Amino acid sequence: MDGLTLDLQILNALAALLLLLSFAMLAQRRIVRLVNLFALQGAVLSLATALLAWRTGDGQLYVSAALTLLLKVILLPWLLHRLIRRLEVYWDTEPMLNIVGTMLVGLLIVVFAFGLAQPITALASTATRSAIGIAVAVILLAFLTMITRRKAMSQVVGFLSMENGLFFGAMSATYGMPMIVELGIALDVLVAMLVLGVFFFQIREQFDSLDLNNLESLKDEDR
Amino acid sequence: MSLLDWLTQALEVIVALAAAPLFLGWINQCRAWLQNRRAPSLLLPYYGLRKLFHKDAVIATNASPLFRAAPYVVFGTMVTAAAVIPSMGTRLPFTDAADAIVLVGLFATARVFLALAAMDVGTAFGTLGARREMMIGFLAEPALLMVIFVASLITATTTLPAISERLALQELGLYPSLAFTAVAFTMVLLAENARIPVDNPATHLELTMIHEAMLLEYSARHLALMEWAAALKLFNYAGIGFALFIPWGVNMGAGPLALLASVPLLALKLALAGAGLALVETVSAKLRVFRAPEFLATAFLLAVLGLLVHLLLRAA
Repeated sequence: MDGLTLDLQILNALAALLLLLSFAMLAQRRIVRLVNLFALQGAVLSLATALLAWRTGDGQLYVSAALTLLLKVILLPWLLHRLIRRLEVYWDTEPMLNIVGTMLVGLLIVVFAFGLAQPITALASTATRSAIGIAVAVILLAFLTMITRRKAMSQVVGFLSMENGLFFGAMSATYGMPMIVELGIALDVLVAMLVLGVFFFQIREQFDSLDLNNLESLKDEDR
Repeated sequence: MSLLDWLTQALEVIVALAAAPLFLGWINQCRAWLQNRRAPSLLLPYYGLRKLFHKDAVIATNASPLFRAAPYVVFGTMVTAAAVIPSMGTRLPFTDAADAIVLVGLFATARVFLALAAMDVGTAFGTLGARREMMIGFLAEPALLMVIFVASLITATTTLPAISERLALQELGLYPSLAFTAVAFTMVLLAENARIPVDNPATHLELTMIHEAMLLEYSARHLALMEWAAALKLFNYAGIGFALFIPWGVNMGAGPLALLASVPLLALKLALAGAGLALVETVSAKLRVFRAPEFLATAFLLAVLGLLVHLLLRAA
């Protein structure tokens, strides 16, 4: 690219890869693969963080990278896989919108996100600021993943992917959040995952399925 | 325009005409090896063409003149397309007449005539094939245009030889946008040339066929021209791919030696591309026809993402 150094080029390529993985998650029907894609997204994020740490010489970013690797590539996917096995949900039902439609909406969202990020990019002073647009796009695409899915399981993966986008946004705008905030968020996500795991069992107990449409009727007598 | 440029132009068309069946034969041979079959002769497509040219043509009684004219039109557009693609040299006198968008238009013309001819006789298979072809076409065309636009944005021109020349001369670097478009282009190539995830080129009389269904009514020299045109189309797509993604190793005005050197380099690129294509076709399963739009929407998406990513990251 026009005179960018190699490490910045690699960072940009990783950012593009993150965006691509978000789209792959949007299009994926199988929950097991969805979780694998989420783990891959975490791995790319961790790699990007480590590279940025090396570039800036910031010790805290190394800790963030290690934390991301541990939590989002190993622990959370392992928890999710275990849940999938125990709940026996391997496929999501057809999403609300068909895949082609979802992806076209996703494209519009990316255009919107890139436009939205432009003023922030103009204000930021980091070398990675051009990737802010991608971070916003990843967040909104994860949102879209949550909106178009019916099963609780894929919605949770969407939620976790949204956190990936937030993390990447913070990283590219200000070289990461303060350590204490990051640790707090990591703990939050982990606990949320554990609590949601319990929720899944309760929902299934109640409705014999993880389809969240069942939650929309408020009273028993309506059904 | 010097004599060498005209020579390059003539040589390119002749090489495309002569080598297109060979390229097809090479892909078939690679596929056979990968699938543990005994490989057919590398020259089999030539034997097929010779056999067909020696036969007497049979045409349905209710066929219109369009049916007779279509093979010549399709073959002609493919030869014209071959003249615009810089497979051996970028200084082509012919490119002033047609840029990359016209190239896409040429492919569209060929498709329209193919589909019209398939519907002309009125058999069920022909109509079915034509409809499917148009469905694939209207999805693949925007994706191909987007791929070309990304390269055009990077190089600020739409003529294919100029794009190729500027891509070859610019500083080496990681281009996520070009990587995305390369994948998108490969997907378009597979769909447009009736290769395996979308259509199976090796079978007649399968209910899911697309390209073969349109050729069922043709025989002898008409069929030979159609098959030759299909081989040329594949060759042309490979040429576009080289021009956009492997732009090195062609004569960029350096002289006769560079032109001479570009011939073995082109052969090497074709050999590698053919082997790669055979590999993709072997490892992937054929999609249901109704999944094909999804496949092509993904190609379109990748190309547009490449465009957006280029616009965003270039600003840095």
